Amino acid sequence: MVEFTLPPNSRIVKGHSHYAPRAATNTKTFCIYRWNPDDSDSPRLDSYEIDLNACGPMVLHALIKIKSEVDSTLTIRRSCREGICGSCAMNIDGTNTLACLKPISEVKGKIKIYPLPHMPVVKDLVPNLSEIYRQYASITPWLRAGAPPDADCERLQSPEKRAALDGLYECVLCAACSTACPSYWWNGDRFLGPAILLQAYRWLADSRDEAREERLNQLDDTFKLYRCHTIMNCTKTCPKNLNPARAIAEIKKLLLERV
Amino acid sequence: MTNKNRPLSPHLQVYQPQITSVLSILHRITGVALTVGALLLVWWLAAAAAGPETFEIARAFWVSWFGQMLLLGLTFALFYHLCSGIRHLAWDLGYGFDLGTATLTGWLVIAGAGALTLATWLYACSVTGILP
Repeated sequence: MVEFTLPPNSRIVKGHSHYAPRAATNTKTFCIYRWNPDDSDSPRLDSYEIDLNACGPMVLHALIKIKSEVDSTLTIRRSCREGICGSCAMNIDGTNTLACLKPISEVKGKIKIYPLPHMPVVKDLVPNLSEIYRQYASITPWLRAGAPPDADCERLQSPEKRAALDGLYECVLCAACSTACPSYWWNGDRFLGPAILLQAYRWLADSRDEAREERLNQLDDTFKLYRCHTIMNCTKTCPKNLNPARAIAEIKKLLLERV
Repeated sequence: MTNKNRPLSPHLQVYQPQITSVLSILHRITGVALTVGALLLVWWLAAAAAGPETFEIARAFWVSWFGQMLLLGLTFALFYHLCSGIRHLAWDLGYGFDLGTATLTGWLVIAGAGALTLATWLYACSVTGILP
């Protein structure tokens, strides 16, 4: 449902300020969304002034520095720090991206950091992604084939058919695209969203998969698929430079070909 | 995970307007405007059919300062929705999804709608004698 304003318990108030050591000459301020489930306070925006001469180049470096040196209560998800795990997706400077792939130098002035938009917050920059994972499971993201492969041979695929998966298999399911999509904001309970639809197309495009008809039947739904209005915020924001909007258009074309 | 007080993370409040999303919402807004515009067109035609006195009321509205601004807005809405609609048709056929292409066609739609609006009004002003 379309709701332009935040519910009362979600409105953000001004938070605490932390300053860099006086000797620091090259500083940058990070304004970070904070919310703690263990107290009854409103979400707040804390500011942290960081000495960039003593910090790595990426936003994730600054977040880890804050957590280790300034405020250990700051809660974030991170793992690989090189754009492969998809854990550190968040809203940085107004768009969704991976903190590990976002250079601090790309942002002029203060860097504002929020959790992925329009999601229930678990703590600080950690959103609850359970609904997205449930939607992911619903598209059966595995190879569905009737007969097992020959005992002495894997399921073969020509280089051309394998190439059809390029631009799809690289998705790390960080959910930056889905949470950048206004349609997903308003209908996230029924619309599958760009991340999951790209995954759905990844299996439709796989020459080894034999469940194409069932998959298409499942997707042929006013809400699951057709809440996509080709806004293209998904493609604009994807930190892996993939194109969920195109994948969704390909699903729509496959459905049209059946008519 | 069932904490009822769990806040919703900010969305419209913090997401920077993108050329993608701004043009998309403009497509919808101009669509709604054109629906209203179609009703106004029906009113104008009905007034013309009803006789000179009624038509004079409609004419006075359209030549007023407010009526002219509305007409200018509706002209832009028509051409924007037309150009943007063609862009959407290309997308529906599977073309124009590269981010660079989509950005370029977005600006082309804005430029096209602006140019067509300007040309229409220059033509209208010249045939009505406002411009020489």
